[in-house]
Amino acid sequence: MTISRRKFLEVAGIAGSALLVGGRKPAAAAGSAQAAQVGHAEKSGVEFYGMLVDTTKCIGCRSCEEACNEKNGLPKPEVSFSSDSVFEKKRDTTPEAFTVLNKYPNEKEPDKPIFVRKQCMHCNQPACATACLVKALEKTVEGPVKYNKDRCMGCRYCMVSCPFDAPKYEYNSNLPYLKKCVFCFDLVEKGEKPACVEACPEGASMFGKRRELIEIARQRIYQNPDKYHPYIYGEHEAGGTSMLFLSSVPVEKLDFRMNVGTTPYPEKTTGFLYAVPHIFILWPTFLYGLSYLTSQKNDKESEHGKE
Amino acid sequence: MGRNNTVAFPQAKSPTGADTVKGFFRFVLSELKPKGKILTPFNVISGMIILGGLILIVIRFAYGLGSITNLSQEYPWGIWIGFDVVTGVAFAGGAYTLCFVVHILNFKKYEPILKATVLNGFLAYCFYAGALLLDLGRPWNVVNPIIGNAFGYSSVLFLVAWHFLLYTICQFVEVFPAVTEWLYWPKVRKYAKLCTTGAVIFGITLSTLHQSGLGALFMMASNKIHPLWYSGNIPILFFVSSVFAGLSMVIAESSISHRVFRAQISPHHHASFNDIVLGMAKGALGALFAYFFLKMIDLIHGSHWSLINTPMGHWYLVEIIGGIVIPIILFTIAILKNNVRLVQFTAVITALGVIINRLNVSVIAFKWYLPNRYYPSWAEIWVTAAVICMEIWAFRWIVSRMPIVNEHPAFPEEETIHHKETEVVQWKVSAS
Repeated sequence: MTISRRKFLEVAGIAGSALLVGGRKPAAAAGSAQAAQVGHAEKSGVEFYGMLVDTTKCIGCRSCEEACNEKNGLPKPEVSFSSDSVFEKKRDTTPEAFTVLNKYPNEKEPDKPIFVRKQCMHCNQPACATACLVKALEKTVEGPVKYNKDRCMGCRYCMVSCPFDAPKYEYNSNLPYLKKCVFCFDLVEKGEKPACVEACPEGASMFGKRRELIEIARQRIYQNPDKYHPYIYGEHEAGGTSMLFLSSVPVEKLDFRMNVGTTPYPEKTTGFLYAVPHIFILWPTFLYGLSYLTSQKNDKESEHGKE
Repeated sequence: MGRNNTVAFPQAKSPTGADTVKGFFRFVLSELKPKGKILTPFNVISGMIILGGLILIVIRFAYGLGSITNLSQEYPWGIWIGFDVVTGVAFAGGAYTLCFVVHILNFKKYEPILKATVLNGFLAYCFYAGALLLDLGRPWNVVNPIIGNAFGYSSVLFLVAWHFLLYTICQFVEVFPAVTEWLYWPKVRKYAKLCTTGAVIFGITLSTLHQSGLGALFMMASNKIHPLWYSGNIPILFFVSSVFAGLSMVIAESSISHRVFRAQISPHHHASFNDIVLGMAKGALGALFAYFFLKMIDLIHGSHWSLINTPMGHWYLVEIIGGIVIPIILFTIAILKNNVRLVQFTAVITALGVIINRLNVSVIAFKWYLPNRYYPSWAEIWVTAAVICMEIWAFRWIVSRMPIVNEHPAFPEEETIHHKETEVVQWKVSAS
């Protein structure tokens, strides 16, 4: 069963390493040296990268937003990146802004508000890439969920499926595309940092191998138990995500989604999809047999009738 | 495929002249002309709806989805998916259900309404599933999952897309004999008839999978759909409800077309019509019972009792009581009393219940927690109405030309039925 399932996931274009590197149990992630050798990781020798956002270090300068805007060639926002007025209300990402900062009150230190980045989480096993019927959204072996815009037909099933509502759509265009953070996959493939991490002056956003980032995050929590809330958001959410968050207060107070669960989203449909080949073999057999039997019955009855 | 075959078939003088390529086009062109009165109230109203719909569609493609729909980043799917596609396909479930009863179980009693039902199913897939193209941001890329270099096999939508295509072809194969009769292509008809059983078996299999697949589409939206509607059993629930959705639609639709196309319907069909409707009511009742228990299992397993006494819970009760319990009671009474009128009335209630259920899963209970809820714009409703009118026009055009609700005089029914099925012949004799 495990073998067939692993094979299926490989064929299905979900990086096999996702299953293992992004394992739900910390032990699996830490002790997966051998296990991580399976699947794509084995062939490519790559393991997932990730980004650790330490919200205790963020000063809300919006350099990441600006860098993202430039890197992706997005239109200039109405409110300049140096203005703080955007924090007056909670923002969501838009087709024109792939990462946004939101400001939250800090109950520990009231004069030091908390800033939280909101963007695509780059799940280890992304719902969107599984939902995409043309592989326009694709989980790369390095970890970013990238977008092949030429394949997209605009069905928006990814938006329905994404537990974080990360993909945004250009509703007001007659040639619309999906818009979301792609983790600067072109840079990551070359071994460079994403633009937002590069731009962060405080080291609040940190780029690295996901496994190592989790170790760093744990270390910070252990060494500063008073400073950090002991939870790494993204370690297990939706089966684990490339984006990892540390905070000083409980994450539910920072509008992080707490209802996504820890099951990788693709697993929610695998049961149904695995049943498909069985139905395809059993149904025609059953139906043909049934139609044969019902007509045979008529045959015999009519023969008996003649006798 | 058909045209070449017919050219080499000169001995039977074709009354339609469609046995040559030139004659084929001449005949089809002559048939394109409308029959009967043009300026009827129905034609005028539906014509205006279609015209308005076409204008809206042009605006939609010129300025994007946001120009006429209320879709948003929070609600990527509106009624064009939730009603046109998800509900429309459920209603088309009557085609595979009746095919199963007639071709697989060999209950020939239902044969008189089979062709019309399959035709309706075929048109439903062409128009309602076709309305999907309006909702796609880049509809020309719709061929990608079929011919594309990137097959997203892991997607339920990939399965649904392929099944829509294949099942539409299956239904066309099932309807095709009537087309050959209309064109008077006896030789093609013979071969077309041979394909029917295969198409039926394949079609039922495809239907099982994509009716449930439409439910499985929403399984990854687990944290967005209200727990009273989200369940791991959505695929099974969608499949079972498509049986009574389809049957109640066939009851309602056949009751209407029975009146509209009264002149075309053969006398023995008239005689057996009430019997057929009552039989379908029994089928729908069985499926409704099964569905009701499945729903209750979900409710009990999910332990969602506390949610019942919330606004969404009350709405859930409306769906369960109005759409399942009341139809069960009314169908039972109607069957016991042989009351065809009550069956027809109940079929409409059942159909409304199915609409509510499908809209709940796809739109209403979807992100029920948001302060700014989606509701369809007038343009979305108008376009939906236009699609329905177009389907009715297409159905009417075909039924008034092809032998759908009746038999072609040149191709009597006896010929098509296997000789040993004496029961049917007896029935036909007794009916006439």
